[in-house]
Amino acid sequence: MATLKVPVTQNDHIQGNNDAPVTLVEYGDYQCPFCGRAYYLIKQLQKEYGPQLRFAFRNFPLSEMHPLAEPAAEVAEFAGAHGRFWEMHDGLYENQDSLGLPLFVELSDDLGLPETGLRRALADHQFLPKIRADFLGGVRSGVNGTPTFFINGTRHEGSYEYEDLAADIDARLARQSKAA
Amino acid sequence: MASILAPGTQAPDFTLNVTPDQKLSLKEMRGKPTVLFFYPADWSPVCGDQTSLYNEVLPEFQKYEAEVVGVSVDGAWCHAAFAKHQHLHYPLLADFEPKGAVAKAYGAYRNNDGCAERALFVLDEDGKIFWSYCSPVAVNPGADGILQALEDLQHARKNNGNVESTSHAK
Repeated sequence: MATLKVPVTQNDHIQGNNDAPVTLVEYGDYQCPFCGRAYYLIKQLQKEYGPQLRFAFRNFPLSEMHPLAEPAAEVAEFAGAHGRFWEMHDGLYENQDSLGLPLFVELSDDLGLPETGLRRALADHQFLPKIRADFLGGVRSGVNGTPTFFINGTRHEGSYEYEDLAADIDARLARQSKAA
Repeated sequence: MASILAPGTQAPDFTLNVTPDQKLSLKEMRGKPTVLFFYPADWSPVCGDQTSLYNEVLPEFQKYEAEVVGVSVDGAWCHAAFAKHQHLHYPLLADFEPKGAVAKAYGAYRNNDGCAERALFVLDEDGKIFWSYCSPVAVNPGADGILQALEDLQHARKNNGNVESTSHAK
């Protein structure tokens, strides 16, 4: 069974309660259409499970297949360095069909981030080491495509349909309440 | 599932088409670790399938100076189109005629399906199998087992020993 080799820490992009009984980690690619679909399912899961669910996103750009995945990840990390990761993350997935520099600049402007900083981050690949580290940690954890999910550190083996993810989360919750 | 060749076995040599007019022999790969992987077919319909994943992980494999080759029963023209489509930076070999002969030699052929297993082999510099793993055909085995094996191989080489990989993929 594949397990998460890099534990979730405060260096991760995290949404939700740190004491939540269930942590969902996604390894995702901003240009992957399956991740684009999963984006909306995660929003739904977060609504459904509220404080019981903590969500972390890590980069797994398949750059050869998706040439805009890595620049998009760099843009998200750039926003993250300014404390606006999730707004950018959402903006990228909600506009997945129009990824590219004009969108990156527009989203960055909307968040009030400096355009020169954005362009420099992209040109110098300032955040590439972090993205590669995410990627390699994913590979070592058995991520074999996108999206790959880990629930409380164990790879989710089913499909990433809402019902399958919810069933896996329910199983973890049941196990935790039994242990408590 | 087929019973694939185990660590410690000398990897059977072969010569297969790498492009419609070029051949590659396994013995040409001597001197470096080799990641030899069999997979069922080109044109798998999912994002981040095995061939694409290894393409992305290539820089990591290269840190161990390893060469990567993929083998399926698809023909050389099919491989050429597929490799171009996926922007693959490593060769795909056509185990096409006689069909699946190399996969069979490695115990990695699915008789009922007429295609190769998802079988992974890491060979040492002398062409001996250092690590092998056969994944259920529907499951992309990922790259973690391969990277661990390459790390173990490097470690074994440093210690000058001939120890086989103790790691297991999953």
